[in-house]
Amino acid sequence: MFSYIARRLIYSVPVLIGILVVVFLLARLIPGDPCTAILGEKATPEACARYNIEHGLDKPIVVQFVIYMSNVVRGDFGNSIRFSRPVTQVLVERLPTTIELSIAALLIAVIIGIPAGVMAAMRHNSTTDVVTMVGANVGVSMPVFWLGLMLAYIFGKLLKDTPLWLPPSGRLSAGLASIPFYEVYGWTAPPGSALLKVLEFFGNFYIFNSIITGDLEVLADASRHLILPALALATIPLAIIARMTRSSLLDVLGREYVRAAKAKGVPHRVVIAKHAFRNALLPVVTIVGLSLGGLLGGAVLTETIFGLSGVGRAVYEAITARDYPIIQAFTLVIAIGYVVLNLVVDVSYTYLDPRVRLE
Amino acid sequence: MTASSDILSPAPGALDAERITGKPASLWRTTARRLFQRRSAIVGLAILAGLVFTALFAPFIAPYEPDEVLIGVEDVKRRDPPCIHLLGCPADQPQHLMGIDGNVRDQFSRVVYGSRYSLVIGFVTVGIAILVGTVLGALAGYYGGYSDNGIMRIMDVLLAFPALLLAIAIVAVLGPGLTNALLAIAIVTIPAYARVMRSSVLSVKETDFISASRALGAGTGRILFGSILPNAMTPLIVLGTLEIASAILSAAALSFLGLGAQPPTPEWGSMLGAERNQVFTAPHLVFFPGLAIMLTVLGFNLLGDGLRDALDPRLGRGTKVEVVL
Repeated sequence: MFSYIARRLIYSVPVLIGILVVVFLLARLIPGDPCTAILGEKATPEACARYNIEHGLDKPIVVQFVIYMSNVVRGDFGNSIRFSRPVTQVLVERLPTTIELSIAALLIAVIIGIPAGVMAAMRHNSTTDVVTMVGANVGVSMPVFWLGLMLAYIFGKLLKDTPLWLPPSGRLSAGLASIPFYEVYGWTAPPGSALLKVLEFFGNFYIFNSIITGDLEVLADASRHLILPALALATIPLAIIARMTRSSLLDVLGREYVRAAKAKGVPHRVVIAKHAFRNALLPVVTIVGLSLGGLLGGAVLTETIFGLSGVGRAVYEAITARDYPIIQAFTLVIAIGYVVLNLVVDVSYTYLDPRVRLE
Repeated sequence: MTASSDILSPAPGALDAERITGKPASLWRTTARRLFQRRSAIVGLAILAGLVFTALFAPFIAPYEPDEVLIGVEDVKRRDPPCIHLLGCPADQPQHLMGIDGNVRDQFSRVVYGSRYSLVIGFVTVGIAILVGTVLGALAGYYGGYSDNGIMRIMDVLLAFPALLLAIAIVAVLGPGLTNALLAIAIVTIPAYARVMRSSVLSVKETDFISASRALGAGTGRILFGSILPNAMTPLIVLGTLEIASAILSAAALSFLGLGAQPPTPEWGSMLGAERNQVFTAPHLVFFPGLAIMLTVLGFNLLGDGLRDALDPRLGRGTKVEVVL
């Protein structure tokens, strides 16, 4: 197992270098030079030349890439042009928003999608099956940004003054603040240290933070704020998971061993729960893993609509503002996250299906 | 009937045709027959037929030009809600089925003309991606070795990015605009076709009929695109139909973010993006373009699913593999 993981990690290295090259080149190819982006349109050629020398932008592109690689390996992504702060700091603040949103969306997709698929397969060709599949087809065709806006309109405007009202933007209501757990418990770390960054990172998961600090008001408010964006983001993966669960389970239900179990007199529900479901889960796990990439992409749209300061929105805003360090770092983090998730999905196969041997 | 015996026996439609004409039924005729046996595929085809009809006859269906500003022409205000006479709107007021947009234009006319953009976006992006992806996949699979490794590793890197994010980054490099958005979406879709084509090439390149072609003196190009490509057509067509759906969604998303089609182009995503801040005051301006996108994507998805089932030999005669119990 460990040798398999190690080998997969080694195989990932060329892809990761490829990702670095693509991210580096894309950021360099974006029209407009960083000097005018930082110093302003009226920057003199002398000031720009000085700036380029200071930041190594006068060196050949290959040298620039080597400098960039060595910085990345040391976890130094430079300073954000727009925020004038270290990129890692911006990442520490924004990444938890996206992860929280993606996990919530994935939970919704799995908790609703898998049972819906199982129900449809158990009652194959029934009204339940047809309704579920029509719903899944519509869900998979839904533009995330449209659904998000419609949900915001329905729950934020039409249902205003009803108990069903949900906040259409932001992470917390005005006047509420999430106090980080390390401050509540009086933990301290030297300013600027890696430990402080780690503490800040986990403290920015509002729901996790409010659970461990026992702040129920923030927990309720943050959860209410998360429902609409998570629902919008979950729709497409939910529909895909429901479809995949159904077809995979139907396929397994057609196998000889299931027929044998039924012939033995095992009740239908037990056949599904104990014999068929686990075998049907394998393709579903693949789809869940692949959906995560879609979630990260969809987060750009969802975060823009619901006014969430996450990674997706940061990348989009950085591109329009030519904030190269942010573009490079955030795109890199997302792509690396995607590669790691795929590895996790592959490894999880062995737990789900002992027949799969990782060679 | 099990899956394995299904593969071995020809579909009954094919047998009927064989009995009557003495010739084996063509793959496409059998596929078309199977396709029309699936209700969802018929719904998909009907939606797409409606879309093509709307796109072709847009000037006759739309009551106004898509860019026609109605200030001084009619007594309408910016972002007026829909006025439909049948639903109680006073008869003396001009009828606007989907209301008036933020620039005092007829929203219905713009949505109607928008169908043209959706079709072009879908077919152009997938066309480019199929063309490039097929050639790359064919070269990788046929030559193997360094070219295979080189091409497929580049494809792996492209696949390591979430598609929309990569498309956004590419548009940022190329500059905003519909053409560049189409190119960006085509680039991020290429790896899927390259992989399909490569696996098809690998599965048939060592077979006897390819060796026979080579022995007869056929060149690489002829073997690749005359003998191998037809064997890869089925998965390419299915993937293409389904990818048209996601290409339309991605293009709409890019336009929504202001990176794709630019105003005043009546592209649905761009129309939605322009009015997104007015969703609480003029929801009709967001609702109708979004509904149009969803229906179009649904049409292609249903057709793609139907085609996949109809072209799958294991699912012959519309009998499902799972109907065993």
